[in-house]
Amino acid sequence: MVQALTSIDWFPFWLSLRVAVIATVLSLAVGLALAYALARFEFRGREALDSLITLPIVLPPTVLGYYLLVMLGRGSGLGRAFEALFGTPLVFTWKAAVVAAMFHSVPLLVKSARAALESVDRNVENAARTLGASESRIFFQVTLPLARRSILAATVFAFARALGDFGVTIMIAGNIPGRTQTMAVAIYDAVQSGNTLPANLMVLLISATAIGILYLTNRLQVIKIP
Amino acid sequence: MADLEFTLRKQYPAAGTSGGFTLNVSLECLSGITVLFGASGSGKTMTLDALAGFLRPDVGRIVLNDGILFDGGSGACLPPQRRAVGYVFQNYALFPNMTVEQNLAFGIQHLPPLERTRKIREMLDRFGLAERAKSRPAGLSGGEKQRASIARALIPEPRLLLLDEPVRGLDHPLREDFYEILHSVRERHRIPILLVTHDATEGFLLGDQMAVFGAGEIVQVGTPEQVFRHPRNPEVARLLGISNIFEGVVEQLDPMANHSLLRTPRFSVNLAYLPGRLRGDTVKICIPREQVSLVPAGHGSSAGPHDNRIPVHILEEVFTPATVRMKLQVSAVDPHAPKTPNTSTDTQDTPLIEVEVSRRSHRKMKLDQQKDWLAELPLDSIHVFDA
Repeated sequence: MVQALTSIDWFPFWLSLRVAVIATVLSLAVGLALAYALARFEFRGREALDSLITLPIVLPPTVLGYYLLVMLGRGSGLGRAFEALFGTPLVFTWKAAVVAAMFHSVPLLVKSARAALESVDRNVENAARTLGASESRIFFQVTLPLARRSILAATVFAFARALGDFGVTIMIAGNIPGRTQTMAVAIYDAVQSGNTLPANLMVLLISATAIGILYLTNRLQVIKIP
Repeated sequence: MADLEFTLRKQYPAAGTSGGFTLNVSLECLSGITVLFGASGSGKTMTLDALAGFLRPDVGRIVLNDGILFDGGSGACLPPQRRAVGYVFQNYALFPNMTVEQNLAFGIQHLPPLERTRKIREMLDRFGLAERAKSRPAGLSGGEKQRASIARALIPEPRLLLLDEPVRGLDHPLREDFYEILHSVRERHRIPILLVTHDATEGFLLGDQMAVFGAGEIVQVGTPEQVFRHPRNPEVARLLGISNIFEGVVEQLDPMANHSLLRTPRFSVNLAYLPGRLRGDTVKICIPREQVSLVPAGHGSSAGPHDNRIPVHILEEVFTPATVRMKLQVSAVDPHAPKTPNTSTDTQDTPLIEVEVSRRSHRKMKLDQQKDWLAELPLDSIHVFDA
């Protein structure tokens, strides 16, 4: 058993963790900004934007992955811009895995955060306005603290989704052992090549993480922080 | 020169089942309390929101102490942050994530810490909240929440204070407390205070000035005394709770004797001379039910020639803690009434006269011994509507 554990390549585990953490942090920033815009401003195409953000939830991952491959590939404008900015291509690097993960966690965050921000009493925000507070101060000192529990729960959820993406990741980050192979991809790889033991261990590890996260989100929604 | 002067117009187009709404109001206020009175949905809160800067009127102008807050013509519109307007919301809208102290501190962040602490102390003491300084709003009683909300609005020293139905949901003793607080605020901060209410008595009690709202417009402005004594039209009278509203035809006009006679479907009323009216004109009058008195029929005849004594019998009695309200039906058709063919059984739609007397005088009336009564409508208590 000990031998089995040491024989496992832990790279996919650490890569998944790194990808999920970075993706969650970035998703939180992007998701909150989008959710705030959707919750607070009336503009043309607001609901269309909301649908567009939700699309990744319903689209088959391979289809989504293909779109991204076309949009972010080395020949595309975005791909070239990224390469010019950071010196390395985006697709088929671990950074592409971050993008893939974000396409799963951003929609989740936007949905929950929009509902949470919309549920904050407008009068409370207006009271802050009459007291001279700037819009950013209102957001960080009033709105966000009042919506924080739901947003926190959604963040944990988003993290779990980011940890386990397979379809989009394999399309745009590929399956390069030691470079872009995340847990979900590694499990697929292990099963394909008949390595049941590492596959089983990784499956257990992911399942335990998922259960832990679900428990945590439930606790977040139940406990009342005074 | 008024301290606050505004003209606002905002149109909401009809959408779905709602028929659209137009706010079109104009008012001048001095320092002191102006009560915005009217039914729900008549535009009172909308007016407050426009003054605070939460909603932008289509056209209009808001001038506070010679400073322009909004001017539709030039497009100038100060954001709420720069209007120096205090707002006490109907649900108080305290910051739930902050203690009372932090709620008060929120609006005076720009002051030096010592000054800030001093002001917060002072406010907490003044509003009886010293012991709740560290409590969050969820732990406060209704009255405490309200006081905290007023203190929070006043601490940055606003130039205008807006209160939206501040006593809604408060028990009676707490209302009395609030009235006292409001009076002290009025004495201490010499600023215009606008208070929204749909309670006529409260409006009378609190207002230096009263603006009556109806369907997005201000129907009447005056001191509460003026508004109650001379409601502009029957709708205002009804809003104020004045129930004896009658319509009649002018039958006699005598400027020399300062007398006129109005015939309603069931009885005639003597009035002072009605300048500018012609015989045959339709006129509406009202008389508050507290002003009507009941005297036993056949008891003396001390009434002057122009007093109104109408034979009635009591149809219904409603007991309130301090008074008895009675609905009176006019007994006999006025002998002078023109005999029209359809006067036979149309008692259904003839208005009843309402009277309200104290429980004490009700006890003295010995209702069981007396069936026939005279309702007395004193000449000087009858209000004649302009249009």
